[in-house]
Amino acid sequence: MVPLSYYLVLSAVLFACGVTGFLIKRNIITIFMSIELMLNAVNLTFVAFAAELRALSGNVFVFFVMVVAAAEAAVGLAIIISVFRTRETLNVDRVNLLKL
Amino acid sequence: MHLVLFLIFGAVCVGAAINLLVQKHPINSALSLIVVMGSLAVLYLLLGAEFVAAVQVIVYAGAVMVLFVFVIMLLNAGEEEVLPHSSRVAIVLGVPGLILGLAVGIWVVARYAGFDRIAIGGPRVLSGSEGFGNPSSVAKLLFRDYLLPFEVTSVLVLIAILGAVVLARREE
Repeated sequence: MVPLSYYLVLSAVLFACGVTGFLIKRNIITIFMSIELMLNAVNLTFVAFAAELRALSGNVFVFFVMVVAAAEAAVGLAIIISVFRTRETLNVDRVNLLKL
Repeated sequence: MHLVLFLIFGAVCVGAAINLLVQKHPINSALSLIVVMGSLAVLYLLLGAEFVAAVQVIVYAGAVMVLFVFVIMLLNAGEEEVLPHSSRVAIVLGVPGLILGLAVGIWVVARYAGFDRIAIGGPRVLSGSEGFGNPSSVAKLLFRDYLLPFEVTSVLVLIAILGAVVLARREE
């Protein structure tokens, strides 16, 4: 049987990987994927606590997080396409003006 | 058995997440992320959350990642270039960020090593009890107690669809 703390540590490590990728990556798509990784880490915490405390609400919450993440991915990728169309680049260091 | 499966898929998960950071090409990062999500689905099954595991595979590893790979190929994203003036601040902050995250993880171990004792209802270990997170029990909760949030979610998705279409549309 697996103690809860193992799941929490795994979740923390995944979240740290997501934060690191968000900060050090320069490609806008990879940065976006790091955000998805962080959301997944949080979901793992939700499910682990739901199983520990025998509370099904945790699973329902994960469902809502996934819906919001999917909506966010759709809108975010549309924004990325729009940015690429006007700037011709995906490097966030080159996107430094609010208005062209 | 559970512990062995947890260790295997936890290691796969962390390895793929680190691979996501190391890879230079976004398509490699995307494929690593699919591995992370797939192994997370196995961990959800270990925790007895069958519904969440199924949704994880269908929505995350399926729909969302297909969208990512599609956009990467549509925009023909290549290896990421490091500009000479690219911000060192990001590197300077990123490494402490990782260390801070790991420190928090270790703190959680130290703090919650005795979590089983302070948890409600005495000592307990995670067991994949059958019928805990299966679709029917989740559905009962979702469509009874959480009916209003569920309906609001549909509005959110509708707005997201409209927003995506408007944003990605080519301007005349």
